[in-house]
Amino acid sequence: MTKRFQRHKFDYVSFFCTGLTGAATFLILAILAVILCNVVFHGWSSFSWRFLTGGTERDMFSVENAGILPMIVGTAVRVILMTIFVVPIGVITAIYLTEYAHSTSFFTRIIRGAVNNLAGVPSIVFGLFGLGFFISFVGQNIDAALHISEPLWGKPALIWASLTLAVMTLPVVIIATEESLKAIPSGLREASLALGATKLETILKIVLPQALPGILTGTILAVGRAAGEVAPILFTGAAYYMAHLPKSLTDQFMDMGYHVFILSTQSPNIEQTRPILYATVLALLLLTFALNIVAVLVRTRMRANMRALQ
Amino acid sequence: MPQSQQSKRSIGWLGLHRGHKARPLEWVTEKFIFLVSLSVIVTVFLIFVFVLREALPIFLGTANSSAVRPVIPPDQLDELSPERLASYLGLSKKEVAETDRETLQLLMELKVEAAAEAPDDKDAKVNTTGWRYILFPYQWTGYDKARFIWQPISQIPKYNIIPLLVGSLKVTLVSLLFAVPLALGAAVYVSQLAPPKWKEVIKPAIELLSGIPSVVLGFFALVVMASFLQWLFGYESRLNAFVAGAALGLAIIPVVFSIAEDALTSVPQSYIQAALALGSTRWQAAWKIVLPAALPGVFAAVVLGFGRAVGETMIVLMASGNASIMSWDVFDSTRTITATIAAELAEAVFGGHHYGILFMIGTLLFVVTFVSNLAGGFVMQHLKGRLEGKK
Repeated sequence: MTKRFQRHKFDYVSFFCTGLTGAATFLILAILAVILCNVVFHGWSSFSWRFLTGGTERDMFSVENAGILPMIVGTAVRVILMTIFVVPIGVITAIYLTEYAHSTSFFTRIIRGAVNNLAGVPSIVFGLFGLGFFISFVGQNIDAALHISEPLWGKPALIWASLTLAVMTLPVVIIATEESLKAIPSGLREASLALGATKLETILKIVLPQALPGILTGTILAVGRAAGEVAPILFTGAAYYMAHLPKSLTDQFMDMGYHVFILSTQSPNIEQTRPILYATVLALLLLTFALNIVAVLVRTRMRANMRALQ
Repeated sequence: MPQSQQSKRSIGWLGLHRGHKARPLEWVTEKFIFLVSLSVIVTVFLIFVFVLREALPIFLGTANSSAVRPVIPPDQLDELSPERLASYLGLSKKEVAETDRETLQLLMELKVEAAAEAPDDKDAKVNTTGWRYILFPYQWTGYDKARFIWQPISQIPKYNIIPLLVGSLKVTLVSLLFAVPLALGAAVYVSQLAPPKWKEVIKPAIELLSGIPSVVLGFFALVVMASFLQWLFGYESRLNAFVAGAALGLAIIPVVFSIAEDALTSVPQSYIQAALALGSTRWQAAWKIVLPAALPGVFAAVVLGFGRAVGETMIVLMASGNASIMSWDVFDSTRTITATIAAELAEAVFGGHHYGILFMIGTLLFVVTFVSNLAGGFVMQHLKGRLEGKK
């Protein structure tokens, strides 16, 4: 009688399948670890302050004089410009979606659908869009309107690459901002409205300050995504080689991701340039990982704060 | 909820009601915010319109790539209308208007000379941008049978896109076969089976994988994986659809994982607790209760992973070998749609037929990913609504 209430027979199928899914998980983590270790191990030897701050005046494939300052500057400038374009539009759209729109209205559904679809458009299509819209439509019309005979705006340029990336990262900013706006307890808004503040005042003085960490997270995630993207800037602004740093919005620029692509596919001697290739990859990975980790930290702190509020 | 604050007391034209007179700023700002938020819709629309715009000559069949065309004798210059002349010489109307008569005459004589020098086989007269040549095999001079050939940089440009479609499909299938089992396994493990403490470490780590730029994964595939996999399987060409697919799998694992994990976690805890109370193991609860309930979400994860894989560019550009061979063998060097656009657009003549064809396959890509995103998003939304309703 007592035996029937003893513990179950050990289920071998469950044990085996749990092990299998666990193995899949750890295989993914192992591959990630292999990639990171490989890059750090090979890249570390050439990674130095001189490498990060050196130019490419003499020869961009020479191992001794290698420097990636122009690429770092190019990547940084295009990402900063992108942020200036994307953050206001993304934040305002998120404010509309959470604060003003009725969640079932026609426009809201269409806007949400558009955001989701924009997030899934392939990056190379953004490159085609940048070329077809910004350069050959907007740029060439500016040239025609200003009577500039040499193409100045109607060619690949820093501003067009930044705008293309802004379009690409718009959904990242919108989704992150929306999440942070939704997490704000409605009691805060109601209290503000009850004290006589208007809707706009409530949004500007109560809601937005609370949502700031979320907006920051979205911005950092967008920057992290854009910093490593190469396909959208292939035809809209990245240069194979430039002797000087970009001086104006209509200049082209060198880029870290594009430089990795050049070094790994078009190097005259792949064995010889491998150290600088690895060091460039390491620099790019450090940049994107640092951005991603900061974003995760900000988000974790924000969620903890929100929980405390509720 | 924020929505509930908006009372529907008086809705007039454009939401104009008594209150707006006292607070015009509020009204203006609200309309401004609404207009800005429409920019997302406008953007998606503009992407479609402007990618399609450059591809229009191909879709409408007005592009002409044939090497030999009917020649107009130079002495008929005065009889031609400006439009006809512009299209004949391949200039814009403005350029024709600005050019003097002697130069135009010279250009027409050059056309006659070019026509005299053009190859004189049957292929030279063919307009290769027609759908017949883009989609179906054709027996070109010097080939023993009808073939699918993508060869845009040759005397007679050949634009058959079937090898590229097959290439994209091959690489995508390899990547899905590699990524989907791993990502779904990990999603089930993390959401249902793993100890909670591990969960907090594993999830961010897999999300870190999505933070690796695709150019870095491409570099890793090219420099490390290609040699390793060749040593392991001993195939012939070092860069091929298999290597590219494996690297692409790494890029879509985080996508499939996070969506599937999201779907599995949204299954109500009460389902699992009920199953456990009836004596099932955690695995039995996950396999027989949670997975069937979240199946549409798992399906959506695979569909969205497919959309991501088809559109990925840098990895396939670097690791697939880029030979546009018509072959179903995954160990052959392969060229995909995205890699073709990335590799050839810089060389294509601005506004020419090659340029148009590249935008045409870009449009195809946009439509394919648009549909798969729409399908995936729809399924996911439906599932969440259903599960939340049941709670």
